[in-house]
Amino acid sequence: MSARRPAAFFLGGRHLSEAASLALIIPFLVLLFVVFLLPLGTLLHESLLMPKPTTAHYQRVFGEPVYLRVMWRTARIAVYVTIVTLLLGYPLAYVMSRSGGLRLGLMAAAVLLPLWTSVLVRTYAWMVLLQRNGLVNEALTGIGIVDAPIRLLYTEGAVVLAMSHVLLPFMVLPVFSALKGIPDDYPRAALMLGASNWSAFREVVWPLSLPGVVSGCLMVFLLALGFFITPALIGGPQQMMIATLVSQQVREMLNWPFAGALVGVLLAFVLALTIAFNRFIRLERFVGTRS
Amino acid sequence: MSRPPRPGGVGRLLLHAVAYAVIVFLLLPTVLVAPMSVSPEKYLQFPPSGFSLRWYGEYFADREWIEATLFSAEAGIISAIGATIIGTMTALALVRGRVRGRAFVELLIIGPVVVPHIALAVAMFLVYEQLRLTGTLVGFAMAHIVLALPFAIFTVLAALYRFDADLEMAALSCGASRIATFRHVTLPMIAPGVASAALFAFIISFDEAVVSFFISDLDRKTLPRKMFEDIDFDVSPVLAAVATMLSLLTIAVLVLGHFFKQMADRRAAPAAGGTKP
Amino acid sequence: MRQGQAGAEGRVAVHDLVKRFGPVAAVDGVSLEVSPGEFVALLGPSGSGKTTILMAIAGFEYPTSGRIEIGGDDVTWAPANTRNLGMVFQRYTLFPHMSVAENIAFPLKMRGVARAERERRALAALETVRLGGYGERRPNQLSGGQQQRIALARAIVYQPRVLLMDEPLSALDKNLREEMQLEIKHLQQQLGITVVFVTHDQTEAMTMADRVAVLDHGRLQQVGAPRDLYETPATPFVAGFIGETNFLPGRTVAAAGDGMPVAVELDGGGRAEATAVGALAANAAVRVAVRPERLALAEPAGPGLAGTVIEAIYAGVATTCIADLGGERRVRARIAAGTGGRAWSAGERVGVSWQAADARAFATTAFGGQA
Repeated sequence: MSARRPAAFFLGGRHLSEAASLALIIPFLVLLFVVFLLPLGTLLHESLLMPKPTTAHYQRVFGEPVYLRVMWRTARIAVYVTIVTLLLGYPLAYVMSRSGGLRLGLMAAAVLLPLWTSVLVRTYAWMVLLQRNGLVNEALTGIGIVDAPIRLLYTEGAVVLAMSHVLLPFMVLPVFSALKGIPDDYPRAALMLGASNWSAFREVVWPLSLPGVVSGCLMVFLLALGFFITPALIGGPQQMMIATLVSQQVREMLNWPFAGALVGVLLAFVLALTIAFNRFIRLERFVGTRS
Repeated sequence: MSRPPRPGGVGRLLLHAVAYAVIVFLLLPTVLVAPMSVSPEKYLQFPPSGFSLRWYGEYFADREWIEATLFSAEAGIISAIGATIIGTMTALALVRGRVRGRAFVELLIIGPVVVPHIALAVAMFLVYEQLRLTGTLVGFAMAHIVLALPFAIFTVLAALYRFDADLEMAALSCGASRIATFRHVTLPMIAPGVASAALFAFIISFDEAVVSFFISDLDRKTLPRKMFEDIDFDVSPVLAAVATMLSLLTIAVLVLGHFFKQMADRRAAPAAGGTKP
Repeated sequence: MRQGQAGAEGRVAVHDLVKRFGPVAAVDGVSLEVSPGEFVALLGPSGSGKTTILMAIAGFEYPTSGRIEIGGDDVTWAPANTRNLGMVFQRYTLFPHMSVAENIAFPLKMRGVARAERERRALAALETVRLGGYGERRPNQLSGGQQQRIALARAIVYQPRVLLMDEPLSALDKNLREEMQLEIKHLQQQLGITVVFVTHDQTEAMTMADRVAVLDHGRLQQVGAPRDLYETPATPFVAGFIGETNFLPGRTVAAAGDGMPVAVELDGGGRAEATAVGALAANAAVRVAVRPERLALAEPAGPGLAGTVIEAIYAGVATTCIADLGGERRVRARIAAGTGGRAWSAGERVGVSWQAADARAFATTAFGGQA
């Protein structure tokens, strides 16, 4: 047994040594470098340095009305989706948080099932429902709200509806987590002190649930900004969002630098939001209902 | 004696009505597609005019569908194994180790979730072209491991946080090496968490559409990519059959995941520590 | 080579141990020797550094400086799993996914002992802790006391050089704790194993240990047999921490050598006799420490300090009188039942006195400010 002090790097004790920690984390770092940082870096490199150092591609993103319109539409749809999911998700999360046993289990299953079902499956289902001779039109004409089937697919409303459906679980789960953490005694105490139900909610429950609301809104908004599959299939050319534009630039125009600039703008936005709200992003919530 | 009015009669009713309406909204599209998939008609309709497994038959008879499914399954299994191993190692380092630049590592972990998949997809497409990885199993597996890692890491992290670290100290004091401690104590304790990490990594890979859309090539494509092409081309009832089968797969995964979670709860219970006799 | 009673194997030596966490020294230069087969308790309040010392011996903390030897080997930097120590933790650390027998056999398995031999020794260890027949149970089917007995069996089944215990009884209720204290002590004597035992409970330390090491703020205050600590505390901290003590500040009348009687002029009036702890100069600021049961109460006309009884608390085995001596000085006197003497009641005038040999005068400068 050696009496010499080993380098601090190799000293473990109760914890793993720094050396062991590094060894454990290296595969993650290497993989993320090769398949995450390097590709994103290369793409940004294209946008800034091709063919020579220039900001021309970024100027084009912000300079041409057609692209500004796409970005404005993307932001608008993302905001709509965030609002719709919050309005639909909060009541559900609230009822879930005050339920237990079988009812909670069934509700949680109803939220988790769509979350883990392929986006394509859900988008496809909406296409089937919303098509000209689809179920929604049949229902509308059947009740007599409209005389003839109307066009639902390829409208902004359809995009918002389908995206809200796809992203709703990302709102419900964090809000549920936050609400679950509020003991029943708090609103009860407020009621005892003379508050009405509504003011007990507004003054006690809502403020305490805000971290969950922020977390849910952030996730939904971030994911909506970059959404590709649903708008590409359910929206028409008039509803083009930034992701579809990027795809088009890459696949049809082969304009990598400009696609890179679009991604750069998107990334700057996302990175700023992520760093600002880092502590609200809790992924384990999406794997189980309790955490 | 009159009882005090129950808090919020009407409000409560309204709240529950909204909640159940939202549940119907969440489930409806998926639930409606299933009956349509067994309709004999060429055009999707509801309610179906009869019962037929015709579209399921077409799926199984179509080489392209089967190849795409098998390819996705392969990529899914490899991704699940890779993401689980790398995710467990990373989570261990973060919880039990000393990691320099922890803030950077943590940001990197959530990166693949918050960075829009479209951005990652075109970026990978650009690099994969140069590395000749498009349409390869290795390429898909690497991409999907990265996408699944955040969820795998967080699942294992949660399992590690629930388990009493003193048990590892006890094992070390019994003379077990770090590796033996992991094998005999840590791993059995967090096994349910690791299993659900693998499960969810598989489903993330199997269902992943955006990156697959870009890094597929004409011969090798995943199931979601094949679906995307078909949806764009024509909304055939075969897709309803595929969608129904995928929904069933998801249900199976969730049921299994729930089972693992219950196992984890049982394991964590006695280790909660400090309980009175 | 491993047998409990063996000479040097069970010796633990800590030399000049220092452990800093950032700017805070959790352990500040502690040296301690534990002889083979000895039961030593590390006693101190929370934050005194006792657990850190144990963790350094176990290999779960590495010192900032200093040296740790076990059985003559320098193990300061050796990984925990190579030290061949047994350890029992504060929390029940049985592996919940293994049966009781598998738990006990685990360290043997790690040492490559064959299965049959493992089982035999695990069963023997179960008998040792009086839980024969519990081998097939799961840890969560046992009570807290049973779980700690199993943890003990697991820690001794491989006959380690030294057994370390980190407040193993603190999660148990009082009666069980007292029962286990004696049980562990008897087991230790039977096995002849060296034990280092961390506790914040002075009664527990005094009940179990051959010697007690009292720690405060990372420094060793005194090491000694329970009787020595109580009768002749080396510092005011020890006097105050172990048992109850009255402290009265004052100044020496004349110089005195260590252990010599010294007269003290008390602040607030009165003169008292005490035994000097360390050499004291004339007119040095001191604190006189005297145990409540060493105080004698007499009629006010008698010898000693005059005061007033404020309260007399009858508690069966003894009566505690609180007397005000004036100048914000209060002392507690304990009169054991059956020793005769009269009963005192509040408001009575009283004379308080003691023997010089029963009071200790500590220089105030050494450990000023501590009660």
